[in-house]
Amino acid sequence: MTISLHSYLGLSAILFAIGVAGVLTRRNVIVVFMCIELMLNSVNLTLIAYSAFLGEITGQVLVFFVMAVAAAEAAVGLAIVIALFRNRQTVNIDEINILKW
Amino acid sequence: MAYQLVGYAVFLPLAGFLFNGLLGRALKSEKLVGWIGSATVGAGFVIACMIFFQMLGSPPGERSHIVAVFPWITAGSLSVGFSYQVDQLSVLMMLIVTGVGFLIHVYSIGYMHGDRGFWRFFTYMNLFIFAMLNLVMADNFLLLFLGWEGVGLCSYLLIGFWYEKKFEKGTTADAAKKAFIVNRVGDFGFLIGMFLIFETFGSLSFQSVFAQASMLPTGSSVIFWVTLALFFGATGKSAQIPLFVWLPDAMAGPTPVSALIHAATMVTAGVYMVARCSILFVLAPATMEIVAIVGAVTALFAASIGLVQNDIKKVLAYSTISQLGYMFLGLGVGAFAAGVFHVLTHAFFKALLFLASGAVIHALHEEQDIRKMGGLREHLPVTYRTFLIGAIAIAGIPPLAGFFSKDEILWRAFSSGHWALWLVGFAGAGLTAFYMFRLVSLTFDGERRWRADAHPHEASATMTVPLIILAMLSVIGGFVGIPASLGGGNSIEHWLEPVFERANDKLTLLPHSVEPAEYILMGLSVAIALGGIMLARSWYLRRKEIPERIEAQKPAWYMVLLNKYYVDEIYDAAIVTPTIKGSEVLLWKIIDVRVIDWLVNAVAKALAAVSRAARLVQTGVAQNYVFVFLLGVVAVLGWLIAK
Amino acid sequence: MSVEATLFFVVGAFAIALAVLMVVQRNPVMSAIYLIGNFFCLALLYLSLRAQLLAVLQIVVYTGAIMVLVVFVIMLLNLGDEKRLTEQLDTKKIVGLVLVFGFLLEVLFIVGGSETEPMHAALHPDAATIGTVESMGTALFGKFLLPFELTSLLLLAAIVGAVVLAKRRVNTEP
Repeated sequence: MTISLHSYLGLSAILFAIGVAGVLTRRNVIVVFMCIELMLNSVNLTLIAYSAFLGEITGQVLVFFVMAVAAAEAAVGLAIVIALFRNRQTVNIDEINILKW
Repeated sequence: MAYQLVGYAVFLPLAGFLFNGLLGRALKSEKLVGWIGSATVGAGFVIACMIFFQMLGSPPGERSHIVAVFPWITAGSLSVGFSYQVDQLSVLMMLIVTGVGFLIHVYSIGYMHGDRGFWRFFTYMNLFIFAMLNLVMADNFLLLFLGWEGVGLCSYLLIGFWYEKKFEKGTTADAAKKAFIVNRVGDFGFLIGMFLIFETFGSLSFQSVFAQASMLPTGSSVIFWVTLALFFGATGKSAQIPLFVWLPDAMAGPTPVSALIHAATMVTAGVYMVARCSILFVLAPATMEIVAIVGAVTALFAASIGLVQNDIKKVLAYSTISQLGYMFLGLGVGAFAAGVFHVLTHAFFKALLFLASGAVIHALHEEQDIRKMGGLREHLPVTYRTFLIGAIAIAGIPPLAGFFSKDEILWRAFSSGHWALWLVGFAGAGLTAFYMFRLVSLTFDGERRWRADAHPHEASATMTVPLIILAMLSVIGGFVGIPASLGGGNSIEHWLEPVFERANDKLTLLPHSVEPAEYILMGLSVAIALGGIMLARSWYLRRKEIPERIEAQKPAWYMVLLNKYYVDEIYDAAIVTPTIKGSEVLLWKIIDVRVIDWLVNAVAKALAAVSRAARLVQTGVAQNYVFVFLLGVVAVLGWLIAK
Repeated sequence: MSVEATLFFVVGAFAIALAVLMVVQRNPVMSAIYLIGNFFCLALLYLSLRAQLLAVLQIVVYTGAIMVLVVFVIMLLNLGDEKRLTEQLDTKKIVGLVLVFGFLLEVLFIVGGSETEPMHAALHPDAATIGTVESMGTALFGKFLLPFELTSLLLLAAIVGAVVLAKRRVNTEP
């Protein structure tokens, strides 16, 4: 069978779903963070697939920016985790509920 | 064309109100405040004269014009503006209001001299003139009502002018409140009448309403209720039974106020209004009967109370109520022009009497009890002579003004078949003469009963000149209405004929021929007046033991009259106290506290409860939020797929 | 099947497998390793789509920088293993997994159910030229100059933020 756009989209959807499952299930903050990265990457795959099949550069430029933003987000997010760990001595997501009512 | 100036005439007093109101306190000169206040009214009088003369020069059919100054409300089918109907009736009222008003303003410059609130007095007086002119000149019910309410407000402000002064059982502020509230009850009737008029005729403008009304048959029930409601309003404003109780208390205000508002102008507003709506009343004969009966009974009732009162102003107050009764009697029997004629003459002599009494009160340093007066004849010559002229006029002695107007009313009552009402009015005339000359005798004649250290002297020119002018008017004022039977042309009736044309068409009037009965009645009126005068002079000058014995023995009839038939006490027990108690117990404690407050608190509590439940959603755990998010996404996608 | 197709399926299967392993693995360091593997597979997929620059950037930025940072933090915090998944299941998690499955089905339905239009059947002829450094550069410094500059600001903000947030509290009052 030919590899069409839909194949890539389907693959991307599966990876995204795995990422969401991970976010919902895991209790370690950093692992949750990695699952989020997985979701971002699946979206990247979608964008590049569209770019390649439609002949537009826009998709790839967008992926470029997504990567930049993901890097920034990683830096800041991990800094927050470190600060949180210093205060609470835990990275268990269930116990980080400061914004509770 | 002089007619166009009517807007200035009405709004100049408003300008005076603003000027004196804003700057009066700062201006230290009484002269400036007083003369500006008087000048605005005087200018109005000049304009009224100009319009009057222009009217005289035009043919009778073309004397009525509408002058629109500016639009006011336009909403749906209701369109009323500040527009004035300048016709014979309104010009006559305008002349009275501005003419007598001007004289009283000038008088007040002298009377209120030295008062701390001098500027406030003239401010309120000018506002009053503004409102009154709107009332009498309006060409639609709503503007009339604006003036109606406005004069009520000014009456309140001016009655309570010396707001800390003690008056009977309370302060003058209580008297002012009473006046305002009783008026309000009447105004409610007026409002109902206005609503019904708008409902029935679809308009509030006189021209439209009266034109439509003249097409209606006599005796329709809607018109009956309209006129009854309007008349109820008139009983409030013009102090007839059952809403007269505020007028005697209104004597708490300064004497010029009593003269202007409670004698010459505001109280005649009810008479004017009924006269203006003559066509409506004519279409409801039942209401006319009620008007006539109420008028006649009030005339006799009030006169009887005036017989025994000991405060000079109270006597004059009851006299006013009584004379207003005569005016309504005239209106009720279909003699609209006669009723308005009596308004004119009454304005002259009643204002004169009040102003003269003010001079007496001033001279004796605020003494108002006639038992403490007497022998003032030599000390206050001008005041005495003018007061005397006023008394003769009101008693109905020809050829002074009161005779012609009162007699016309009595004759019309008799000749239209209302013999019983004629008799009541006739008796009232006798009582009127009696109590007026009791007043004259006790105040000016006999020995002096006043304090030794009071040195009464004649007032200043600003006070005496208006007295003299009003006295002259009381003498010659009646000549505009000399009936045909005495060889006159009854000019005032002819002057007002076009205004009452529609009404007169509907009435089955007796022919205007001169009958011998008229002379007989005339003679009887003069006779009873003279009788009253002579009896009063006899009792209070020569045989003083008779009234003294009555006062000492206090027979039942005397006590009833002295206590004004206990009407105030009855009203208090039957209406006022239950209302206050009911409001306290029911409206305040139950409805306000338990129902409304509870409701408001319940809303707050419910809100708190809901938020207490709703905040549990915020768990603070991010995963939960993702979960909910996912839930939403799945739902939306599912819905999109299903479409 | 063509070489391309074979390559796609093999690499795709690897990517999925590594992703699943990452999610179920209890040791955080191992999860990170698996994710790195996943990123490598994705880079290969990017290459099959002729996106040369992005494939390399994926490896350099994502695996080389971001994942290194993540591993570094894991080791800094000295985290232990998590409990077994089966020990920590509760209603919410089960419902969540069901929802995820449903979500996946929905998306696959949408994707698979639509018609394959001609342009989606094969790679665009220009695909190869698009993915080069040259064309990306031209686009970034031409049409997308403003977002490019703004991204640099964003990175500046991130740097400052990370430094401030992670700083050890200095106990002197200002």
